Amino acid sequence: MSEYIIRNGNVFDPVQGIKGDKADVAIKDGKIVDKVGSGAKVIDAKGKTVMAGAVEIHAHIAGPKVNMGRIYRPEDKLFTNTPTKGMERMGGGNSIPTTFKTGYEYAKMGYTTAMEAAMPPLFSRHVHEEIRDTPIIDEGAFPVFGNNWFVLEYLKNKEVENTAAYIAWLIRVTKGFAVKVVNPGGTEAWAWGLNCLSVNDPVPYFDITPSEIITGLIEANEFLGLPHSLHIHPNNLGNPGCYETTLDTLKLAEGYHAKNKFGREQVMHLTHSQFHSYGGTTWGDFESKAKEITDYVNKNKNITLDTGNVTLDETTTMTADGPFEHHLTGLNNLKWANIDVELETGSGVVPYIYSPNISVCAIQWAIGLEIPLMMKDPMRCFITTDHPNAGPFTRYPRVIKWLMSAKARETQVNAFKHKDKVLAATSIGSLDREISLYELAQMTRAGPAKSLGLGGMCGGLKPGMDADVAVYNFNPDTPVANPDDIEKAFSRCAHVFKSGVEVVTNGDIVSNGHKRTLWVNVKVKENPQVMRDITEKFLKYYSMTQANYEALGHHFVPNPYALEVDAT
Amino acid sequence: MTKTVTDVICPFCGTLCDDLEVVISDDGKQLLEVYNACVIGTEKFLHSQSKDRVTRPRMHQEDGTWKEISYDEAAEYTAQMLAKAKKPLMYGWSSTNCEAQSVGNEIAEITRACCDNTAAVCHGTTLIAVQDIGLPSCTLGEVKNRADRIIFWGCNPAHAHPRHMSRYSIFPRGFFTGKGQMSRKLIVVDPRVTDTAKMADVHLQLEQGKDYELLNALRVAFKGEWLPEVVAGIPKEKIREAADIMKSGRFGIIFFGMGVTQSLGKNHNIDEAIAVTKDLNEYTKFSIMPMRGHYNVTGSGEVFAWQFGYPYSVDLTRGFARYNPGDTSSIDLLVRGEIDAMFTIGSDPGAHFPISAVKQFAHIPSVCIDPHLTPTSGVSKLHVPVAFNGVETGGNCYRMDNVPIDCRKVVEPPEGMLTDEQFLIKVRDRVRQLKGAA
Amino acid sequence: MATIQVNLISGRSIQQGVAIEGGKEKPAYRTAAGIIELDPSDLKKLGAWKNTNVRVTSDYGNVIVKAIETTQGPHPGLAFIPMGPWANSIINPNTYSTGMPTFKGVPVNVDVAINEPVLLGIELVQKLCGVK
Repeated sequence: MSEYIIRNGNVFDPVQGIKGDKADVAIKDGKIVDKVGSGAKVIDAKGKTVMAGAVEIHAHIAGPKVNMGRIYRPEDKLFTNTPTKGMERMGGGNSIPTTFKTGYEYAKMGYTTAMEAAMPPLFSRHVHEEIRDTPIIDEGAFPVFGNNWFVLEYLKNKEVENTAAYIAWLIRVTKGFAVKVVNPGGTEAWAWGLNCLSVNDPVPYFDITPSEIITGLIEANEFLGLPHSLHIHPNNLGNPGCYETTLDTLKLAEGYHAKNKFGREQVMHLTHSQFHSYGGTTWGDFESKAKEITDYVNKNKNITLDTGNVTLDETTTMTADGPFEHHLTGLNNLKWANIDVELETGSGVVPYIYSPNISVCAIQWAIGLEIPLMMKDPMRCFITTDHPNAGPFTRYPRVIKWLMSAKARETQVNAFKHKDKVLAATSIGSLDREISLYELAQMTRAGPAKSLGLGGMCGGLKPGMDADVAVYNFNPDTPVANPDDIEKAFSRCAHVFKSGVEVVTNGDIVSNGHKRTLWVNVKVKENPQVMRDITEKFLKYYSMTQANYEALGHHFVPNPYALEVDAT
Repeated sequence: MTKTVTDVICPFCGTLCDDLEVVISDDGKQLLEVYNACVIGTEKFLHSQSKDRVTRPRMHQEDGTWKEISYDEAAEYTAQMLAKAKKPLMYGWSSTNCEAQSVGNEIAEITRACCDNTAAVCHGTTLIAVQDIGLPSCTLGEVKNRADRIIFWGCNPAHAHPRHMSRYSIFPRGFFTGKGQMSRKLIVVDPRVTDTAKMADVHLQLEQGKDYELLNALRVAFKGEWLPEVVAGIPKEKIREAADIMKSGRFGIIFFGMGVTQSLGKNHNIDEAIAVTKDLNEYTKFSIMPMRGHYNVTGSGEVFAWQFGYPYSVDLTRGFARYNPGDTSSIDLLVRGEIDAMFTIGSDPGAHFPISAVKQFAHIPSVCIDPHLTPTSGVSKLHVPVAFNGVETGGNCYRMDNVPIDCRKVVEPPEGMLTDEQFLIKVRDRVRQLKGAA
Repeated sequence: MATIQVNLISGRSIQQGVAIEGGKEKPAYRTAAGIIELDPSDLKKLGAWKNTNVRVTSDYGNVIVKAIETTQGPHPGLAFIPMGPWANSIINPNTYSTGMPTFKGVPVNVDVAINEPVLLGIELVQKLCGVK
């Protein structure tokens, strides 16, 4: 395997506390090392910014609802085609890129690991097929549990150990990575056309509340000691006043401590927090409650969150929060797709246009930036767009520009048609904090990696870690003439290494590398009751046999990397 | 001695039953009996054993006879044909697995072909409608466990998806449908008194081709507004009765098929059916699902979509994907005489395309990959038989509700026969050489 | 014996499904799909016994098939030929820019052709395409 020495770059590595020192980064046999021999290939990083490869903690990039989006939106491909070029397969799609394009676009921006945010277990084979066809980046996928019949029944009876045994079985069978919860209870209610809008609304028939589901799953997750925590999309997403439901959800984490061997410290990860930070009672008095949410998370250190930044684009919303999508199509009358999944979950897809001329969209944009600007600990606040829900992931460079430049934010605010409403409903006008490159590295590399339990493997440049390295044409020593230069620099890397293989050079793909599928092999004590319950439900209620379901996550995972967890 | 292989997936229709049991000889070479399959699935498994199978590629000679050649020679002909053609069409894909479809896509990209699957003559118009209005749907297990209102519109599962009603839609006792058939009300809309209609609680025997009008009338009936005396041959009282049955359910589903996708109105018919479903969601819970024909046409659509962005009728001739049914769709390409090489796999356009389209590929370089003898192989220049997917080789397939199930290999193929995927890999590697591709 | 006009649709039948899996070169395919199912009232108008060979003619072609009495009727005025090369020699190939031919809803004339043979499936397509 090759040796490289990345020379004289301005290095930002929160894992080692390096804050812009001019230093060398050495790569050998896929890992960061202390030093290499004289035969190592030299990469000149003088005047450039060097960070670990970025870690995408939550994006919808592989699976049935993503592909439904592709199938039903041929217009998303207009003017976005990238032809076959050398080793790059052809690609297309703006808010829902084809799988090859997804891998290339992430890599070109310096992303080397991405997590598919919601995997319906019955469809995990589909998720893994798309992951296999997404080049370069390591990926994992989160199976969803918050509306699963086994979980609802066990937790109604407070059987945490049985829940944990079931979770372990499902994660092994689907080659999943973490416990994802979306609109707990509400998506099961949606199978009857209903919903759960607060943490106390009981689920029809199963008669369990979202708060019981959430606390039960936190306990099961810590019982198992999984690398990542509960990853939650709370009830009542997107409605004015929903911040109260969000606070009710966050409070459920009080008193719990993380138990795991992977360095994770949180017990709850709140995802796309922007969508959950709304005040007001109607769209008319819609306002930001980013302060209330960030105040709480700042004080409660066992919680991490990601932002869900609105990018002011035409995009496609897709989520396992089926009832929300039905509500959204009622608001904007754009085409609605829905897939309810037996015994497990549901999902919906609706296009959406975040227009800068609409005050609600502008306020959403502002909330997405208020949150990271008001979060005190960048190691607990990660940058996402909940791709593609709040915007395409290809807009990360633009989000970075807004974070790093108060002037860029001001320019955007001044361009809003209803600027005064935005300033009145949010505090964006008074926030002059500018995120530094070190904080950016915390929010896009070290922080998400640690939260995922991957802190020993990626997100940093410490010797022994995977050699995932991004070199940007951004000189921290020269003042930024134009904020748009920030966006340009972070759009296309000078160099990207993935597991020690150079994959991007001068913004072009030069190798597909050997991407891995990250999953968690969690073993528990034998649990005959859970096994019997599984067999019974397959015989009676599933439309697939158990043997065919258990073959789910297998040979489609061509290069698996298992994190071993022994919870016996 | 024999062995029984369980949990076998039937590779015929979109119902994708996965509970078959196949008895094979101890040496794994002979398939002896099939249990749980419908008569069509049983025939598929048993016929794979017939002694008169063609087991090697063969070139069609001028005088109508066939000359056997090797797989390598067949791959060479195929690669040369695709590499030299200006606008080749790679059609079919619906009766093979996703792994083979993926290799086919690589070939199509290198050779800049048009690719299409059998949705072109089946649910293509559904896809067009979905692209206009969306698709509220669910998995078949949801139907089994929750549905108390079933509508079969323009489809005849008793004949085309024989075990659909017993596995999912009418007879099963699910979690919330413990009374099985007695928990459900069935409405069938069909111009004939089909074997499916004979089981219905309500049969709307409409005038053929007037589905759009009837669907639209239902939407009016939901709102309780005025209707003419008769719409599409159905009296307004019956329309209101059907509308009330639909609204009064807890969970309803409309299954639809060729009766609405292939008759005039086409995609507009489906658009209206989806609109009916959307409207019903104002009153109760309703979903809609196309009855996909081939067992992996859904898979072909999924693979095309995640790799190229569109589910069928994909034109790669310019080096990037373009999509415009009516322009890039197979029948139209053929009828306009634009195709100069025909590659068929996992389908039979010779039998299922209008004859005017078949005539267009009967005299150009052509390859047909199919274990069977078919009208397509009968007019192709090269016939390449392969192992039966789902019987002699495994591979991933997608059911009509998009659920992926991995087909199993049950027996060995005849000695020396390749699978689709193996043959396509040969073609791909040769095409790469010919085109100097990466 | 008269010529009757009927509305033709084509589609699946279980016998057609079994026959295609058995092999389209076999006579069973012709038995399953080389037929036209007519309502008894239409057979009467035609003046033919059931199981008589007939010529079915549309604006797009003509084909010889065996007329049988419908098994899924009554449906006066409507005729059914199972999907396959016999149906596809006469259905409407026009897609009207949708990509989908008009397999259902084609006006056809039917008249008796007792002495004409119904061809086998592959044979029919080869003949129409001029291929040996």
